[in-house]
Amino acid sequence: MATHKLIIAGFGGQGVLLTGQIIAYAGMMEGKEVTWMPSYGPEMRGGTANCTVIVSDKKISSPVINEATTVVAMNLPSLVKFESMVEPGGKIFINSSLIGEKPKRDDVEVYSIKANEIAADLNNAKVANMVMLGAVVDKTGIVKRESVERVLEKLFTGNKADLIALNKQALRAWNK
Amino acid sequence: MDTVFEYTRGMLPVNTTYCPGCTHGIAHRLVMEVLDEENLLGETIGVAPIGCSILSHNYMNVDMCESAHGRAPAVATGIRRAMPDKTVFTYQGDGDLASIGAGEIVHAAHRGENFTTIFINNAIYGMTGGQMAPTTLIGQKATTAVEGRKKEVSGMPLRISEMLATIDGAVFVERVALNSPANVRKAKRAIKKAFLVQQKRLGFSIVEILSTCPTNWGLTPVDALEWLKDNMIPYYPLGNFKCPEEVK
Amino acid sequence: MSEKVLMKGNEAFAEAAIRGGCRLYFGYPITPQNEIPEYMSRKLHTVGGAFVQAESELAAINMAYGAATTGKHVFISSSSPGIALMQEGLSFLASAQIPLVILNVSRGGPGVGGIQPGQADYRQATKGGGNGDYHIPVMAPATVQEAVDIIYNAVPIADEYRNPVMILADGMLGQMMEPVILPELKEALTIEEIRRAKPWALTGHGDKRERNVVKSLLLKPDELEEHNINNEKKYQRMREELVRYEADKLEGAEVVFVAFGTMSRIVDEAIEELNQAGIRAGMIRPISLWPFPNEAFDKIDKSTKVVISAELSLGQMMEDVKVAVEGRYPVELIYRTGGMVPTPSEIVEKTKKILEVV
Repeated sequence: MATHKLIIAGFGGQGVLLTGQIIAYAGMMEGKEVTWMPSYGPEMRGGTANCTVIVSDKKISSPVINEATTVVAMNLPSLVKFESMVEPGGKIFINSSLIGEKPKRDDVEVYSIKANEIAADLNNAKVANMVMLGAVVDKTGIVKRESVERVLEKLFTGNKADLIALNKQALRAWNK
Repeated sequence: MDTVFEYTRGMLPVNTTYCPGCTHGIAHRLVMEVLDEENLLGETIGVAPIGCSILSHNYMNVDMCESAHGRAPAVATGIRRAMPDKTVFTYQGDGDLASIGAGEIVHAAHRGENFTTIFINNAIYGMTGGQMAPTTLIGQKATTAVEGRKKEVSGMPLRISEMLATIDGAVFVERVALNSPANVRKAKRAIKKAFLVQQKRLGFSIVEILSTCPTNWGLTPVDALEWLKDNMIPYYPLGNFKCPEEVK
Repeated sequence: MSEKVLMKGNEAFAEAAIRGGCRLYFGYPITPQNEIPEYMSRKLHTVGGAFVQAESELAAINMAYGAATTGKHVFISSSSPGIALMQEGLSFLASAQIPLVILNVSRGGPGVGGIQPGQADYRQATKGGGNGDYHIPVMAPATVQEAVDIIYNAVPIADEYRNPVMILADGMLGQMMEPVILPELKEALTIEEIRRAKPWALTGHGDKRERNVVKSLLLKPDELEEHNINNEKKYQRMREELVRYEADKLEGAEVVFVAFGTMSRIVDEAIEELNQAGIRAGMIRPISLWPFPNEAFDKIDKSTKVVISAELSLGQMMEDVKVAVEGRYPVELIYRTGGMVPTPSEIVEKTKKILEVV
């Protein structure tokens, strides 16, 4: 597919904005056109957060999208809000650790990932977003997993460098 | 023959447009004499306010700019940050500094900006025609207080020096008056110290100068000097409120 | 040429100003541009510059004025209500002929309004905003890269005309991340360079020249009139030299959109959708909002049935579009306001409705 349009949403603190940035960064390193656009507002931690990431082989005009090719919902309000945004035949990724409900749509592919439990098994609850990112990358091909790993290497430097291994492990953990 | 008097190079050889008996002329000259004596005329940037003394740049022999009403301390902050090695001052009246520019002067003091403010307090708006200022005294008549200022309508007059002296960043605060030769000499000493504080980059310095406005007070020049002594000095006591050890 | 980096719009704008030679920034927090003062507070002191968090936007613009009277390059930013407070200063700077680069990361208004993207500062930006006869060139970028280039190049433009130059962006452009190639870092002007290039600047006369005075008060009406007429000659030169726009797919178009900034990107995608539906559409994208690119409208094809001003405001730009169209085509409006942003499909639907009636 020439153009991926992804919405990732959750509550503040789940790392959804960063996850979107990592995808954009990885896309840029692959020589693609990218935009990352966050929701912004007075909410800080605990509020809702979402961002739209576009990765394309051609010049991106509108950063505002009609429909998403992929929606990633890290909590229930995000699923409720963005379910209708997925194009027919698109993909919805659900953090089933926090979402008991199933999507109402029957014309999309649904992936349920127990991101929080898997992260807990890795002894770090904070990498739930990386677990989800691994699934998204593997299933959509929006960017290559190796590109994400290169981004992690650039992102975590100095005394954070020991986080690289954990995050790489988290990227692979979703289908174990 | 001995030279007993010389014009300062700090003042340009032109007549001022200030009213007869107005003490702006004296204040201008004191500031410029100090800068001349300290050999700073070529290294100084001044900021003129809105009010009668917006015209001060016609008379003072230093680089100067005008500023919008009340904003001189903000403008001087910009100049100071752009030109760390120059001498910077604002020259402001009481409408400009104590009313519309109250925020700017407080925050320049609060940041401890290294410039000097010459604050002319004549208890009235001059240029616009004798309206009440925050510094207008109780009972004093103004064109916006024709029966005299009333506390219940306009509050009590604002004492700027006392207020600014509470701010840590204002390190030199002194109030002087221009009503007598002795007080004029004291005023010059205070101005000199204020610029010395700036030269040493110790923080914000201000000299409040009680001045006359015979035209808007409706008095002769001599009566205006008496009125200042009898009415302003009791409410606005003269003296130093703050002075760093280094310049005492 | 440096490598491509992924940057948040606001941070890229700040970096572009620094690279353009600006080492002085004065700002006050206001959403959605807070990353700019934050970036400047981290960065400027490391490159020999100064950052001051002002007590208000009023103070910020006046600090910027003071700093710019010394001839050094100054950059400031704010968002809509903050820019409104700065109008006193902008009018003053224009009259006193002081260069400055100012960025508005605009949001929905009026009043305090909201904090989502808007273009309703169009009139404030292009029609004066402050008091008196003056103009400020206004440039409207559509991408982070274009904003970076425009800010960088605004520094010499401000100097050339001795006038403030405004960049009108919006919250979306400020908040989004896109890849950018940053321009080369320029050194700040030295005092010697300033004395040579800007003989009007307040650098201290050093007993070597007459004193300099920077002013905007002219009490004699004949002198003020002469001053304004002289400045008007300068504005006329800007009208001739600063027009910037893109005109795309005008040939054979049934519909011509006029849109700038973020809105032009959404319209761009809407045009693709319209083309797929068999409707030929083109766009004039003003980059300079003042001077407005009137000449672009002479390129509109006779095939055109309607010109549509597409804005994140209630027809503010449409007034200029009508003047430029000079009655040759009907002019219609597609808008969202208050911080609402349309999708490309929404523009397509509205366009189809307009085409049914024209």
